[in-house]
Amino acid sequence: MATIDINQVSKIYTGGVTAVRSVDINIADGEFIVLVGPSGCGKSTLLRMVAGLEVISQGAVRIGDRVVNDVDPADRDIAMVFQNYALYPHMTVYENLAYGLKNRGTPKAEIAERVAEAARMLQLEPYLERRPRALSGGQRQRVAMGRAIVRKPAAFLFDEPLSNLDAKLRVSMRGEIKRLQRRLGTTSIYVTHDQLEAMTLADRLVVLNGGQIEQIGAPLEVYHTPASTFVASFIGSPAMNLVKGDLHGDRLAIGPAMFELGGYAPASGPLTVGLRAEDLRIAREGEVSFALRVDYVEELGSQRLVHGTLGDQPLTAALPPETALGDAINLAIPPDRLHFFANETGKRIGNGLPAPTTPAAERLGAGRLVAHR
Amino acid sequence: MKRVQFSSPYLPYVFLAPQLAVIVIFFYWPSVQAIQSSFYLEDPFGFGSTFVGLSNYADAFASAEYGRIARFTVVFTGLVTFFSLSLGLLLAVKADAVIRGNAAYKTLLISVYTIAPPVAGLIGMMFFDQHIGPFVKIAAFFGWEMKVGLNYVDTAFAMVVVAVWKQIPYNFIFFLSGLQSVPVSVREAAAIDCRSGFRRFWTVVLPLLAPTAFFLLVINITYSLFDTFGIIDVMVKDKAANNPITLVYKVYMDGFRGNDIGGSSAQSVILMVVVFVLTILQFRFIERRVHYT
Ligand SMILES: Nc1ncnc2c1ncn2[C@@H]1O[C@H](COP(=O)(O)OP(=O)(O)OP(=O)(O)O)[C@@H](O)[C@H]1O
Ligand SMILES: [Mg+2]
Repeated sequence: MATIDINQVSKIYTGGVTAVRSVDINIADGEFIVLVGPSGCGKSTLLRMVAGLEVISQGAVRIGDRVVNDVDPADRDIAMVFQNYALYPHMTVYENLAYGLKNRGTPKAEIAERVAEAARMLQLEPYLERRPRALSGGQRQRVAMGRAIVRKPAAFLFDEPLSNLDAKLRVSMRGEIKRLQRRLGTTSIYVTHDQLEAMTLADRLVVLNGGQIEQIGAPLEVYHTPASTFVASFIGSPAMNLVKGDLHGDRLAIGPAMFELGGYAPASGPLTVGLRAEDLRIAREGEVSFALRVDYVEELGSQRLVHGTLGDQPLTAALPPETALGDAINLAIPPDRLHFFANETGKRIGNGLPAPTTPAAERLGAGRLVAHR
Repeated sequence: MKRVQFSSPYLPYVFLAPQLAVIVIFFYWPSVQAIQSSFYLEDPFGFGSTFVGLSNYADAFASAEYGRIARFTVVFTGLVTFFSLSLGLLLAVKADAVIRGNAAYKTLLISVYTIAPPVAGLIGMMFFDQHIGPFVKIAAFFGWEMKVGLNYVDTAFAMVVVAVWKQIPYNFIFFLSGLQSVPVSVREAAAIDCRSGFRRFWTVVLPLLAPTAFFLLVINITYSLFDTFGIIDVMVKDKAANNPITLVYKVYMDGFRGNDIGGSSAQSVILMVVVFVLTILQFRFIERRVHYT
């Protein structure tokens, strides 16, 4: 149990690749932090610097109140779960779990006790005498978890621990990891490129892009107020629609569609507008709306994803499964659900329209959507 | 593994035929001949042969000289196997630490070692050359007047050194690729679990290297028994009398110098049996303790 402070940390590989650039994260004791980002954005590199498997080029990593830059991985009081599990193939499950404790001179009786406890927590008791190659992927994954748990370290580090499992097992293991972490209260850093995994596990999300932090925040905060077009398109599924718009005063034009923002004018001129597919809905009778030309539909069961074009820009709407569809549909969106981003930097502009206090009636009034065509 | 479909069921046998022919002609046929002639006493001048039953074997076992050579062979094999394995491993571990993740460097290093053994053997012999051998000069500097080919102990020493020297590259290559195939993440997991690098090596890396080591053990014993023939031949320079030789060399001496084809055949059959038994023992008892991942 400890805090982890990552202070202005950079990684420059020999050959000049800067994989991580001036990253700052302060992790509270017991917090579950998820590093998320596309492949090659430096997630693993950052995690491995915390673990001590990679030299820290610049900056400092502090675990508890100790700077660990020059501390041996074995002395950092962390445990790591690897993507391919990295179990010792020549040892039984019991020996795998006990290895770290044995090397730390833990008394035999205590080792047995702790291994038994971990095995019970992870339902590994029937497999203790087996070698890893005689286990299924999910069981191996649990052994890898167990190896981390028995040590009772100050922090858990996970590098995409679930990405080798099938979809169903991934969901259940995800729950199990969350449950264990809650129960043990161990500070954790978890790396994934799966935004759903990130959303469900994290106390706080760290979205990385090209070695730099794009945004840190609670999952819902990141979802509702993405700091940039990058975050907007990365977090949430389907990805947020990003379309070109034009703002004149409080009037927003997206292709042929016009929106009135009721006095809200965060910028002026061309900008990027973000619309979440799930915020779009079929316009009610008499409501201001815009027309979406339907290209094709993806049925997900719980909803249908309607892909179409607004003017000449692609747009996706997530609609209830029973929605009737034609060649074109009339859609509406509450104006407080619109996101604005600067065209050049991709950074967010303003915090969006304040959400109305009493929904329905006021929402309709607050931003009047004007169909233009 | 990829399954290949042949258009004719006989085609695979056609492909196998050359290999099978080589094995039969150069391995089974001479073996059968050796077994057969070990029961006969051949006339030294080639005028026929007489069936003598097991007396060739009895002669070999009764001979004090044969016993002495057998004991030397055991010691020689033990020393050569031990030193060439441990030095090969040591060098591989050191090289592995340097070239980890550097594929180009690895290929370069290995390619150098691949062409090395015959050359290394030659250089090794030159080390002990009576006139120009630097090893002999160094020994002389320390007051050890080396007489390779004349003095029993000196010759034995030189034979072991050159035999080890020649085999190290081979072991090095196998150990190095064995080390490189230990997954990086397993090493990293061990680095987090265990502070001492030496202990990590003993408890994680070495057990994972066991299949390689076992394979090399078999190869090295066979090498010490048979493939050192050339080295011995150069060192004893046909003056086998008071020089150390191994059983294989005695087979050659008796058969081709002494023209005792029957006795020589009996000895080679004994060797064949020894190797056969050794191989079975190795696979039975050692392989069981080896973890194939
Ligand atoms: N040993 C290395 N030498 C040079 N560059 C490296 C090295 N390891 C990683 N990189 C580079 O650093 C960047 C970040 O790599 P990293 O492994 O951290 O990505 P990641 O975010 O974990 O991606 P993924 O989701 O695919 O695992 C990549 O561009 C990669 O090419
Ligand atoms: Mg990675």
